[in-house]
Amino acid sequence: MGTVIRTPHPREKRIIFKNIDRPGYTPGIDSYFADGGYEELRKAFTMKPQDIVAEVKASGLRGRGGAGFPCGAKWGFIRPGETKPVYLICNADESEPGTFKDRYIIHQDPHQLLEGMIISCYAVNARLAYIYIRGEFPLGAKILERALAEARAHGFLGKNVLGTGFDLEIYIFRGAGAYICGEETGLIESLEGKRPYPRIKPPYFPAALGLYMAPTIVNNVETLCNVKHIIRMGGAEYARIGRPNNTGTRVLCVSGDVQKPGYYELEVGAITLGELIHDVCSGLKPGRKLKAVIPGGSSAKVLRAGERYKLKTKQPDGSMAEREIGIEEVPMDFDSLAAAGSMAGSGGVIVMDDSRDMVWALNNINEFYAHESCGQCTPCREGSLWMKKLTARMLDGGAVPADPDTLKSVADNIAGRTICAFGEACAWPTQSFVAKFRDEFAGYAARNVPAGGHGNGNAESQP
Amino acid sequence: MDIPAELEAVIDEVIKHYPVSKRSASLPLLHLLQEHFGYITDQAIEWIAQKLEIEPVNVLELVTFYPMIRREPAGKHHIRVCRTLSCAMAGSYRLLETFCKHANIDLHARDHGGHLLKSPDGHYSIEFVECLASCGTGPVCMINDDFYEAVSDEEVPQLLQKYQ
Repeated sequence: MGTVIRTPHPREKRIIFKNIDRPGYTPGIDSYFADGGYEELRKAFTMKPQDIVAEVKASGLRGRGGAGFPCGAKWGFIRPGETKPVYLICNADESEPGTFKDRYIIHQDPHQLLEGMIISCYAVNARLAYIYIRGEFPLGAKILERALAEARAHGFLGKNVLGTGFDLEIYIFRGAGAYICGEETGLIESLEGKRPYPRIKPPYFPAALGLYMAPTIVNNVETLCNVKHIIRMGGAEYARIGRPNNTGTRVLCVSGDVQKPGYYELEVGAITLGELIHDVCSGLKPGRKLKAVIPGGSSAKVLRAGERYKLKTKQPDGSMAEREIGIEEVPMDFDSLAAAGSMAGSGGVIVMDDSRDMVWALNNINEFYAHESCGQCTPCREGSLWMKKLTARMLDGGAVPADPDTLKSVADNIAGRTICAFGEACAWPTQSFVAKFRDEFAGYAARNVPAGGHGNGNAESQP
Repeated sequence: MDIPAELEAVIDEVIKHYPVSKRSASLPLLHLLQEHFGYITDQAIEWIAQKLEIEPVNVLELVTFYPMIRREPAGKHHIRVCRTLSCAMAGSYRLLETFCKHANIDLHARDHGGHLLKSPDGHYSIEFVECLASCGTGPVCMINDDFYEAVSDEEVPQLLQKYQ
């Protein structure tokens, strides 16, 4: 109990998390000023909005919320000379299981977010912006309210920001416990006062039709914070951090069976999964072996220890070379994790050792998605529940030999058949767990489970 | 239903945050009324609908969708234990049981009607919720608006004592 405070690991490169857990640093604006706060905002106002968009494009910044879409390209969808009002929304609905980075920015360094957000609003010419914060962060909402009031008092918000003639209001909107509000069109519906049912695509981006059917930019908390640092360094300099097409730093959130779980800000791709687990997180628990890793939030496909992946890398002479690597050699960047068949997603890394039962783990995930499906599309609403019922029945002692195939069939009939990516998000865990741990799933049918089973499919995992 | 003047002033201010569509204020108003009354009654739904010039069903459909909006009072102190994978791996199922034991809540009284589990005296209520976004410090819980991380079973009695 109490607050867990960590000093940064030597391999970390802290930019976004520079002030997190810094002794004496408070969420107040004076702490932020002492650190050079809002200097980049003043600098940004000396630039033309389209030049800021160009810098963000040059930086190669990719969204930190899950999809990894290039931020500058998203902003570029706003047409020059747009006559409708443009809105910007900060997605602070952090709720992908395994992810816990935005929590710390919001609670400990809110002005960094606001500065990044104000610069971003200026860049896309948004005069009204909202921070959609999940309902389970009541303290975070209060801290942000206070930070907004401070920013307003200093002339960073309101009419005629810093005498530039630019008007901007930012308001907080609190969610109420629904994961689907992290999906940007669901979020927009929620903000419009409707049920958060994601919208049919196309249009694929709210930049075309978003809040109140006007062009809208939705960015994750960490993404918006990065904008401030791109202004400070310049896009080209920022792009030197990390790897080509995988620039900047990434806050990786590690949980599960490691000695030191926590958040670690690392250059994208500068570290392998094995180094992350064994060096940065001090390794697995004593006597345990690695069994599986979910590398990018619970909807990312699971990686199995012992798997081999083919990774294409660019050589110094420009040619492409293919090499085969194991799970621990996978670099932690967008493209490598995609090549390994999974995704960098939201940066939530869940590590499981050989004490973990994969049916139990999948059932836990299935229960999450069954609870969080918004219910709009039948394959997802029904399928997520069926998958949960199947894995729960397996844990309860009612497994049958057809279970792995049934699970796969249900999952295959959700992915690609829904309005939003939740369909994939709930199907990928089942598809990957069953495919990669098929023996373990198939073996359940042969288990001699006493009447009463393991109890409601909820039992603690027993090593 | 009696809305105190100062609460209505807050409500009127919040509505101004949505200059394009008052309907956007429906979830913020549900939060405010739930904070004040403890839960959302039929009268609260109608009051919000009238205030925002929408149909009551537009408000009701939000009440029935969002897990955090309640139709019945919670206990004097409301406990939320995180259920999702990382916390479960860190022992949250056991933590839920420990909380129930010390708060005198019958965990097996769970039904499918979405009713909150409460102690007989109404002092505590408990909910097993989905990811609270602190997976690195599991198991985590919230008591009212306070957040606690890396909670051990042994700490539960002293934690509950803080909420009398």
